[in-house]
Amino acid sequence: MTSAPVAGALAAGVERDRRRAKRKAAWRRRGLVLGLMSPWILGFTIFFAYPLAMSAYLSFTHYDLLSSPRWVGLANYRYLFEQDQLVWPAVKNTLWMMAVFVPAQALFAFGLAFMLTRARYGVGVFRTVFYLPALAPVVAATLGFVYLLNPGTGPVNILLERLGIPTPLWFDSPQWSKPSLVLLGLWGTGTMMIIFLAALIDVPRQLYESADLDGAGPLQRLRYVTLPSISPVILFAVVIGVIDSLQYFTQAYVASAIASGQAASEGPTSIGYPENSTLFYPVLLYLQAFSYFNMGYASAMTMLLLGVALVVTLLILRSSKLWVFYQGARR
Amino acid sequence: MTTVDASVEPRSLSRRKPPPSVRRRRLLVSVADHSILIALSVMFLAPFVFIALTALMSNQQALSPRLWPEPFHWGNFVDVFHTAPVWRYALNTTLYASLATIGVLVSSIPVAYALSRLRWRGRDAVFVLVLVSLMLPFQVTIIPIYVVFAKLHLVGTLWPLILPNFLGDAFSIFLLRQFFLTIPEEYADAARVDGCGELRILVSVFLRLAKPAIAAVALFQFLYCFNDFFGPLLYTSEASNHWTLSLGLSQFRTIYQVEWNLTMAATLMFMVPVIIVFFLAQRAFVEGVTLTGVKG
Repeated sequence: MTSAPVAGALAAGVERDRRRAKRKAAWRRRGLVLGLMSPWILGFTIFFAYPLAMSAYLSFTHYDLLSSPRWVGLANYRYLFEQDQLVWPAVKNTLWMMAVFVPAQALFAFGLAFMLTRARYGVGVFRTVFYLPALAPVVAATLGFVYLLNPGTGPVNILLERLGIPTPLWFDSPQWSKPSLVLLGLWGTGTMMIIFLAALIDVPRQLYESADLDGAGPLQRLRYVTLPSISPVILFAVVIGVIDSLQYFTQAYVASAIASGQAASEGPTSIGYPENSTLFYPVLLYLQAFSYFNMGYASAMTMLLLGVALVVTLLILRSSKLWVFYQGARR
Repeated sequence: MTTVDASVEPRSLSRRKPPPSVRRRRLLVSVADHSILIALSVMFLAPFVFIALTALMSNQQALSPRLWPEPFHWGNFVDVFHTAPVWRYALNTTLYASLATIGVLVSSIPVAYALSRLRWRGRDAVFVLVLVSLMLPFQVTIIPIYVVFAKLHLVGTLWPLILPNFLGDAFSIFLLRQFFLTIPEEYADAARVDGCGELRILVSVFLRLAKPAIAAVALFQFLYCFNDFFGPLLYTSEASNHWTLSLGLSQFRTIYQVEWNLTMAATLMFMVPVIIVFFLAQRAFVEGVTLTGVKG
């Protein structure tokens, strides 16, 4: 008769032990997650969250690294929006790159990948050739292009002259310096091409076959089958392109320094050459922060950059719902 | 025997032969396609060819309209070493790239594992934060980071470039996580049945299966450092004994008043190691590129 309460007590004890063991396991698990995540937690705090907050604070101060930051309220922002003569050219150049280079790169990379899918022979060789320039270190590629396109003795102008085509001044002309940078960028577009190629290969064959049965021509196949199927990759290309153009620095910095014949470490004299046509927003930011050590003002510039980056990325992602098509079965 | 089989089989599977007019049109389209591809290839290769040709010219010829080197100045490649401390730059670059790569692997693999194979509250939110830090322009945080390193008196050394990599790299975490997600859970379950703890599973199951992705991450990180210009410019431009190859090359023509032929020789020598590595590790490259791009 007494066995029921005893069994109950025993069961309760077992239950308690089990719960304790469970709690212990949960704690060990939490410790494991925390341990595995610790590099990121530290890195995110020290190299992302703290600098972001600090940048926001510094943007309201005057700070030159030597004396401690002095609060100046909105003065930096007022100067940024109203007085700085170089901000508007820099913004315009950056917008130019975004408006011209991003679509050009997406189209060009898609075109290359599309041609590769049509090839019957030597696909591997063509793919390697198109990808190779993407491997060239940026500084080396830029230096190479400044030489190839140099107006007097560069091979490109020598060839153009022999063909009787007018020879632009390329990196030495305010009209042609940005198009020259676009050429440099398109030459190195291999990574984007590989991504498009993978997407094109992944388009299900049945879709093309049913389009054929419906009597679709090549253009209609492109419009109604290919483009919708690879739209997530187009979105990816646009987002990456926009982010890259917001931080566009090395090519412009090196090209203007080399083309103007100045040493890149000699500071601001050559930057933006010719006539501020290659003065991009990140280049101006670099000059303000690390050549003039106007760190407070430069922080205000980074805040504007942050705002623009957030707005642009959100806009693209929002609009993507209208034109990006995800295949249901995929993940 | 087997070769005959192989050649017969596809034909027997294929449908009836299309009429001659269709075949002729297909042939023409194919010829056109390949012509375009060849023309594009010529355009892609031309810069390499002209850089190489100029690297072999005398200085006078580099400034003349003749495009073929006469005679070939192979000595240019040796002269580059006399003009600038190239070995010094190469040593700095190797130091930076290898330490940074080790740091990224050591720190990012565990994070990627926790973000992909363990279930815990807040995991998705943390992953979003990783993506955010990956997508924002790096300039947004650079000023306070520079200030910190300046206060630690590390500006003018390579340490500001190396140290952050030991605390996780968003791009590598992202790439590894994407790969870890593709590994079937059954492998981990089998190890669990055999009594493995989560750490052992990471080390003995996932590290082994994820070798291609780890190779891709290491390769990308190494190349990123090898190519990096902004970091070395920011932290070492005042200390020329810490310059890397990319910084040294960017100053080559101007500081040392070097002529185009030697500059192009140096440019070529800077490109060649990367291209060799690519041909040795082509699969890791393609794996890495498609992994980050497609399976988003």
